[in-house]
Amino acid sequence: MSEREPLFSAKNLKLIREPLGPSNPITVQVLGICSALAITVQLKPAIVMTLSVMAVMTVSSVVISLLRKMIPPRIRIIVQLVVIASMVILVDEVLQAFAYEVSKQLSVFVGLIITNCIIMGRLEAFALANKPWPSFMDALGNAFGYGLILIIVSFFRELLGSGTLMGYQVVPNSFYEFGYANNGLMVLPPMALIVVGVIIWVQRSKNKDLVEQN
Amino acid sequence: MENLVNIFVKSIFIDNMIFAYFLGMCSYLAVSKTVKTSTGLGIAVIFVLGFTVPINFLIENYILQEGALTWLSPQLADVDLSFLSFIMFIAVIASMVQLVEMVIEKFSPTLYSSLGIFLPLIAVNCAILGGALFMQEREYANIAEATSFALGSGVGWFLAIVGIAAIREKIRYSNVPAPLRGLGITFIITGLMGIAFMSFMGIKL
Repeated sequence: MSEREPLFSAKNLKLIREPLGPSNPITVQVLGICSALAITVQLKPAIVMTLSVMAVMTVSSVVISLLRKMIPPRIRIIVQLVVIASMVILVDEVLQAFAYEVSKQLSVFVGLIITNCIIMGRLEAFALANKPWPSFMDALGNAFGYGLILIIVSFFRELLGSGTLMGYQVVPNSFYEFGYANNGLMVLPPMALIVVGVIIWVQRSKNKDLVEQN
Repeated sequence: MENLVNIFVKSIFIDNMIFAYFLGMCSYLAVSKTVKTSTGLGIAVIFVLGFTVPINFLIENYILQEGALTWLSPQLADVDLSFLSFIMFIAVIASMVQLVEMVIEKFSPTLYSSLGIFLPLIAVNCAILGGALFMQEREYANIAEATSFALGSGVGWFLAIVGIAAIREKIRYSNVPAPLRGLGITFIITGLMGIAFMSFMGIKL
């Protein structure tokens, strides 16, 4: 493993670790909010979405990074969109073939991975200027950071909103007999925004550097 | 005619792009600091949605759908190109944005200078691609319905972004807890606005 060591050098590992905390794509860079909120009613679609975004993001990052010297700057957005869109078509076909139920649940949001700003944003900011391996690490790290928020939000929304996790009931029946009721508000779209707002609040009160001025 | 008005009102209030589907959140959060710029972006979104959704509707119905190519020759009846729809839609959107930009620059330089910087941003706004995908999913019967859906969604997005920009301008004078300032409070306000918009859900059209 000693020759391989540079692959996982401190600098490369930092690319994976940073997005989980201080430069989280959702709560700090404000990228990829649309899909993050819409599919977090239940845990399962959120996990599938994370995996899809991860696949699209790592592959397109590596491709763009390999092509970075050949892409004329004027048309780079179109080139990026084409690479991302072809990856998304692949992911969509795979989901329809192997996970039809979830793919129905995600509806248009699989297609919307194309315009998920997180992918475009990282391609523009990182893959266009870096070698394939660091781009791969950066994409993986950001996809993890994105997935982390998705999973936290959907965990609370599914637990409090329907009393289940991954579709299995976790709140015991005896609770309901005592008059516990699921919070129907958690299932509705606006609560996703408020949960993310609270996550941002908690994160920023722990990490004072992130606090905005106005 | 009545049907068109229904679709229009429904897509403004009940199926609001931001509050019901969170589409276009990125630019919604990034560009909503002042009312003036957000008005510009909102108008640009109405504009581009109003153009791209009908065009994508035609592409969907005369090229991509199964059996849509029969107008070319009857042998093509079982050709199904719908797997290409993502790439076609995004290509149409990117090129339309470019075209709209050039047309506005030529015919109305004042509008261009006020919208200018926002137009390229719109190509990657999820609300535009979302409009095309919802149009595909909901299977509108004809182009008039698709257009009124597109304009309604655009107006709904416009209302949402102008509303949040006005609130953000005022909230600068309030004493928000430090860690919530900026992004956090914007999320929570949007959530509350979303709850307010949900009161329209009971309306049957």
